[in-house]
Amino acid sequence: MTDDAAAPEEEVVAPEPSPPLPPPLAALVEAFPAATLEHSAAGQNVFRVEASHLVEFAQAARDAGFEMFIDLTAVDYYRQRPGPRYDVVVVLLSLQHNLRLRILVAVDGDVPAAPSITGVYPGANFYEREVYDLFGIDFTGHPDLTRIMLPDDWEGHPLRKDTPVGSVPIQFRGTHKVE
Amino acid sequence: MSEDTSTQDTTTEETSGETAPASESERRRLQEIWAAGTEEPAWVTAATAEGAQLMLPRDQASPVEVAEEGGTLVNDDRLYELEAAEEETTILNMGPQHPSTHGVLRLQLELEGEIVRRVKPVIGYLHTGMEKTGETLTFLQGPTNVTRMDYLAPFHNELCFSLATEALLGIDLPPRALAIRVLMTELNRVSSHLTWVATQGMDLGAVSMMIYGIRERELLLAFFEKTTGLRMNHNYIRPGGVAADLPDGWQEDVAEIVEAIPKGLDDYHDLLTHNPIFLGRTEGVGVITAQECFAYGITGPPLRAAGVDWDLRKTQPYSGIEHYDFEVPLGQHGDVYNRYLVRMEEMRQSLRIAAQVAESMPDGDYRSEDLKVTPPPRKRIDESMEALIHHFKIFTEGFKVPAGEHYQAIEGPRGELGHYVVSVGDAKPWRLHCRTPSFAAIQALPTLMADQLIADSVAIIASIDPVLGDVDR
Repeated sequence: MTDDAAAPEEEVVAPEPSPPLPPPLAALVEAFPAATLEHSAAGQNVFRVEASHLVEFAQAARDAGFEMFIDLTAVDYYRQRPGPRYDVVVVLLSLQHNLRLRILVAVDGDVPAAPSITGVYPGANFYEREVYDLFGIDFTGHPDLTRIMLPDDWEGHPLRKDTPVGSVPIQFRGTHKVE
Repeated sequence: MSEDTSTQDTTTEETSGETAPASESERRRLQEIWAAGTEEPAWVTAATAEGAQLMLPRDQASPVEVAEEGGTLVNDDRLYELEAAEEETTILNMGPQHPSTHGVLRLQLELEGEIVRRVKPVIGYLHTGMEKTGETLTFLQGPTNVTRMDYLAPFHNELCFSLATEALLGIDLPPRALAIRVLMTELNRVSSHLTWVATQGMDLGAVSMMIYGIRERELLLAFFEKTTGLRMNHNYIRPGGVAADLPDGWQEDVAEIVEAIPKGLDDYHDLLTHNPIFLGRTEGVGVITAQECFAYGITGPPLRAAGVDWDLRKTQPYSGIEHYDFEVPLGQHGDVYNRYLVRMEEMRQSLRIAAQVAESMPDGDYRSEDLKVTPPPRKRIDESMEALIHHFKIFTEGFKVPAGEHYQAIEGPRGELGHYVVSVGDAKPWRLHCRTPSFAAIQALPTLMADQLIADSVAIIASIDPVLGDVDR
């Protein structure tokens, strides 16, 4: 079924032989040797993909039956792990097979960049804008990559872990203390 | 001038820091021009606010963007091509202070006469960084934060967060806790839908509908207050169970709710379902196809109104909801009227579930027996030093959750509500992301509204039932 590094790694992790993959996932593993199936438990099928392969993988996933776009977000693993700092997380859903799929893409750098999947799933548009706004991850190929939650002149990206809570002075400090 | 706007788009990020003083004076100058009313619109647009987030003229926007805003990106169902020249269209700003946008939603509408051609939603006016706040609260405090996101469905937010946390902890709950959760979330679905039917009616001119919907909702809120102490933002469903057992006499309250609200629903049907004005305003208005729902991640009643049989309570059941008997109402045409019918029937089905839960409520504990998660009973604290220490530690330090990540989805009143929780083995989540159904629905507004009359836009906004606290978080 598999012909890549995913198979031995999965056997090391799983203490007992895992049940056979559902057909859409097996098809994905076969079609995409570059993607690593991290774990596949009930309802949580997680693939890790290189950033450069994200669009093709999303396309393959849609072809395999994951027709609905659900979610796109990012996690900042600042000083939590060696290697790339951010994970872009894409959640897809297959209604016909009743399966969920989660794609993790590691990105790094001062201006981290990932390809935009708006060409495959138009619904990713606002989600990518949100991640760009709050994490500063650049989605190349996005039709309209602007801030969405914060004003245009905002400096910094608040959901990054090196932005502390309360670092922006707020305007209504001068309230009176009741004596 | 056009150069100005295009460079502003691409380099907002880099230049904002250095040129802040210059742009400040520039902005003041532009505001003066705006006040004097002597300059052309492009200057004014730059001066008034959002800059790059505003809707661009057609020749400056990318073709994908224009297709997205025109609602033709997924399914090109445009009736006829735009015939009016650029000068003959009007950009109308709707909101954020507009009574029919259900909060602080701002829409920019490109109008050709009375027909909406392009729509661009601008959101973020209610953004308070709740995901960031979630990272500073322990897992036990988490529900206080998430319950404020979708303020019409607080129990669903709490349930979703609790389920995600419990999945990471790997704990099971006693049957009574599960049943209480189902009862409260299903009643919450009814109260949320009642608010929706009230506002949908009011937006279409049936103001009496507003009063009726809120009147029936009051019954539910009174029950919530009796159970949790609060009418909203309950913090009742917590990781490890629920905060307290149901109050004395809850069976009578639920019986009263289950009996009274269907009578109200009959009244609404009399008032709206065959009302020619209501039919004229809703039938064939704001159509979204199943294909468009998939592309934009639209779930819940709008998806079911488009004829797709998908309800997470049936397909990926949670909290033991699969033990109760209910049906999933489906629409056919995906228009405002079908969404209305689907939600009206969902209320009946939710009340059916509530009645079944009340009948079959199991005895037992309402919290998990896992001592790491559940604080010791009040009585034990007086007797045992260990219990006191334990209680203190749970509420100050919190319990540690094993490292891992989990995406938990439940069927909220507006569609799939998902919480993605990442833990690194600490007492606080490393990252909390909330996939909210309203956010996806707002994004699909251009698809719903393009090529419709401006008068229908309020009916369409009401029909997707957005909660802006849920959108902006």
